[in-house]
Amino acid sequence: MRFRLSQTAIDTGAARGELLDLGAGGYVAFEGWVRDHNEGQEVSRLEYEAFPELAVKEGERIIAEALRRFPVRHALCIHRVGTLSLRDMAVWVGVSSTHRGEAFDACRFIIDEVKQRVPIWKKEHYRNGDSGWVNCERCAAAPGHAH
Amino acid sequence: MQLNIHYYALMREQAGRSEETLETSAATPSALYDELSARYGFTLAREQLKVAVNSEFSDWSRRLAGGDAVVFIPPVAGG
Repeated sequence: MRFRLSQTAIDTGAARGELLDLGAGGYVAFEGWVRDHNEGQEVSRLEYEAFPELAVKEGERIIAEALRRFPVRHALCIHRVGTLSLRDMAVWVGVSSTHRGEAFDACRFIIDEVKQRVPIWKKEHYRNGDSGWVNCERCAAAPGHAH
Repeated sequence: MQLNIHYYALMREQAGRSEETLETSAATPSALYDELSARYGFTLAREQLKVAVNSEFSDWSRRLAGGDAVVFIPPVAGG
């Protein structure tokens, strides 16, 4: 599978090895890390939860689209699920290619599409003790109030 | 008919469960969401969600069949 969910730390060395190809002139990787702030809040840790069957299916579709759109050799994406600490790697995308330009483009395409389409959710835990599901809490339908 | 509902993330917390088998007369995912929303007080409007039936994205107006597995998908936040 070219899109995977992982319960444990992502082995980037092994993942990179899967992209090696005698015809590839290089590869581009993106690592998403857990940072200590988001939208003005101090973040202490994250939880990622996935709908596994559909997440893998949609992730595979994104990789297949990238391979059709861009003339690259191989592409792979691994996304963490479970509890992550600051500095942990949440997602890894790697693309090998004959030439570098397409590898950058395909890598960007994959991470952008994954963030928008794959059913994975992120709960942020804040230093002040609050927590919230990103993109869900603040967009919750506000209680109706008349003007 | 009986449906299998799986809940993730915010939906799981608001429903207070990860899954359930439900006897319902809801003919579509849309009607099912209304029914479950009334029961659990989901805070998200249906327009903010997507829905999957049998592990594939689905229209809200699809006709449900007994044994279908339904998942309501709140806004995603991978990466």
